[in-house]
Amino acid sequence: MFKSIIARAKQGHRTMRYPAGAPPALSDRFRGRPTIEGAKCVQGCLACAQACPTVAITDRVAITDRGAIQGRGAIQGRGAGRHEVDLGKCLFCTDCARACPQGAISHSPDWRLSVSRRGDFMVGMEGGSAASGTSPESDALRLAAALPKEMMRLFGRSLKLRQVSAGGCNACEADVNVLGTIGWDLGRFGIQMVASPRHADGLLVTGPVTRNMELALMKTWDAVASPKIVIVVGSCAISGGPFIGHDEACGGVGDMLPVCLYVPGCPPHPLTILDGLLRLLGRIKSAS
Amino acid sequence: MMSDRNDNFAPLGNCRSIRLAEIPELPFDRFADAIVSRTAAGQRVCAFFASAGKASGSTRLQVVIANDDEDSLAVGCCSVSGPAFESITPACPQVHLFEREIAEQYGLKPVGHPWLKPLRYQRSWTDRDAWDRDRGAAILPGVGDFFRVEGDEVHEVAVGPVHAGVIEPGHFRFQCHGEKVFHLEIALGYQHRGIEEALAGGPDRRSIHYAETVAGDTTAGHATTYCQVVEALSGYRTTVHSHIVRGIALELERMANHVGDLGALSGDVGYLPTASFCGRIRGDFLNMTALLCGNRFGRGLMVPGGIGFELDAPRAGELLARVETAEREVAQAVNLLWDDQSVMARFEDTGPLPLETARELGVVGVAARASGLERDVRYNHPTGIYRYVQIPVSTYDTGDVFARAYIRWLEIQQSVTFIKERLRSLTPPSPAPGIGPLPPDSLAVSLNEGWRGEICHVAMTGPGGSFSRYKIVDPSFHNWYALAVAMRDQEISDFPLCNKSFNLSYCGHDL
Ligand code: SF4
Ligand code: SF4
Repeated sequence: MFKSIIARAKQGHRTMRYPAGAPPALSDRFRGRPTIEGAKCVQGCLACAQACPTVAITDRVAITDRGAIQGRGAIQGRGAGRHEVDLGKCLFCTDCARACPQGAISHSPDWRLSVSRRGDFMVGMEGGSAASGTSPESDALRLAAALPKEMMRLFGRSLKLRQVSAGGCNACEADVNVLGTIGWDLGRFGIQMVASPRHADGLLVTGPVTRNMELALMKTWDAVASPKIVIVVGSCAISGGPFIGHDEACGGVGDMLPVCLYVPGCPPHPLTILDGLLRLLGRIKSAS
Repeated sequence: MMSDRNDNFAPLGNCRSIRLAEIPELPFDRFADAIVSRTAAGQRVCAFFASAGKASGSTRLQVVIANDDEDSLAVGCCSVSGPAFESITPACPQVHLFEREIAEQYGLKPVGHPWLKPLRYQRSWTDRDAWDRDRGAAILPGVGDFFRVEGDEVHEVAVGPVHAGVIEPGHFRFQCHGEKVFHLEIALGYQHRGIEEALAGGPDRRSIHYAETVAGDTTAGHATTYCQVVEALSGYRTTVHSHIVRGIALELERMANHVGDLGALSGDVGYLPTASFCGRIRGDFLNMTALLCGNRFGRGLMVPGGIGFELDAPRAGELLARVETAEREVAQAVNLLWDDQSVMARFEDTGPLPLETARELGVVGVAARASGLERDVRYNHPTGIYRYVQIPVSTYDTGDVFARAYIRWLEIQQSVTFIKERLRSLTPPSPAPGIGPLPPDSLAVSLNEGWRGEICHVAMTGPGGSFSRYKIVDPSFHNWYALAVAMRDQEISDFPLCNKSFNLSYCGHDL
């Protein structure tokens, strides 16, 4: 008893101040969105696209054959000096950066990556350089918007979510769980993971939705009372992630359910997930 | 019974390769006898799987056996023509799931298997089906026969696939008499993503990512094992620096998960101080892995031929400081458990797994050591940095929840010591040449002690040097059945606690 009180005193108060205070420090090797330093890139090279495990990088005129989608064949095409990356497929790995003979690719340290629409993940990699003829605005990631007014009235101060793990690797689940620990304390925003879909306002789905989880996912969805929302976390749930093209999985939640928040990463950092959730609830405004 | 000296299994070291032609193809009877006599003598099956045979329609059965007493491995094979073989399970229980897997993947029926049902509810890779199901008919997960205890007061409790927590899906059926569990049957397969299928034909740009996501909480374990199997095949010599960084990452992974498990066990018995301290400290360990490579689970750290991120001196210093802080905090948080009567009352004598049962089932890892088996790849079959540095094996003899918790605590302390020593005498990076192509018609085995237990990867190459078959055995594959056995005669309300004390992977089993 006394020992536990002493331990409590020594362990101290650990809940972070974020978002009111500074966010927790990330590793200097943290990998956000991959970007190309346009001036260094050699037109027509496409070594990055060919190295990418999920064929997330495309060139405007690149032709991908079926083999390439499977991760086997080569990508053919002429470089037009304008690379686009689908952050919904991106694993935030190191393969493109390592493959680039010019060392032109690096990963941004920005953890803010969640969006409201699947299509918003398609962004230019040059980040608006003169060499590529793009503007910073056109290549910026349109971060997630808050829920519409009526939904915000219902869920803004209390959002109960049922988590469904549908075929991932359990790392996304682990980093969702982290948000419940004392350091992050998701409860202070009124967000809680609940044990039954009957208690939930929506689903938080991870994993590519394996064929063997398709029915269970849909049944869980049906058991949630309307109005309800869907949040997907991790590249698996967005696009299939490392399992894109597999017959055994559906390639993410896709059109199966109406998704209102996409959190990319493999797995996303807890800070990326929290940022997405807070944007959804209007606690962080997109302008900031 | 013949002695294992002349049963014609080929000896093979961990992380070594052999030409397929050098593994004698035995008649099935001799192959089966060798497995039975070796396991009866205390050896164990690391992997037992099928691949396409040489003659069309034939199937090759391949086994990897570990002799932990003599620190050696052996591989044996045989060829089966036709759609069936005689089940080895009745004489050697530890192959029961392997045979169900062979039946499911290759449509090859182990005749006489005591409980032959699908393992992952997937379609056969061949045009045969072990259950003669219609090719067009859907295969529904969890649907089929289950053990059933009949009786007026017996009832059945079914749970899952979707569970109440943020965890992976699986289906559990308990046969209960009041609170007491007679039998638990576990049906998995919901997480099946087709990783082994997709690895065949590689290595390619996806391969390492499959290894990283077989079980995401074991990224360092599976990715290292994958890299080592590729390195073994191509005869590549990895630099000492790479070995050290891999070892550090493996031990960080062990500590993160063990600390997390101790916190979760504590939460399951309603003891909140340790639960909340450990939940946070687990994150500190994950952040140390992120310090190494930018990702909390170690994604991108392992690459065939070495590591993706070097460990420079300032970073090593920072890591050392963080490990030392965490060491103090973990000790304080965890030692509360052993001093608290209400915690110990729940941990002790709950979910016991007797030594003999653990041995017969071929249990590995924390669960094996908690039942008294001295079984640890780092000690019995060391590779990489573990060849130079020995980590003592931690064992206990009660096999209950307490033992499985206490082993974790002992191992956390060993890992801390290991990491501190490595960081204080870090060998700087040296240039590493690229890894060459893989040789044709070869086989390599790579074992590592992941935080859950033994991870086994077996790679076979075809005439062109690409993978003709890639077999992965996650430690969970050996251990799920042990959880079911440990639940016999227990209260059903102790299931979450028992389950957590094993903390097995669903996706690692389902691949
Ligand atoms: S980080 Fe990896 S997944 Fe993302 S674009 Fe680059 S190679 Fe592709
Ligand atoms: S997105 Fe990546 S980390 Fe998340 S479940 Fe899928 S494979 Fe695992």
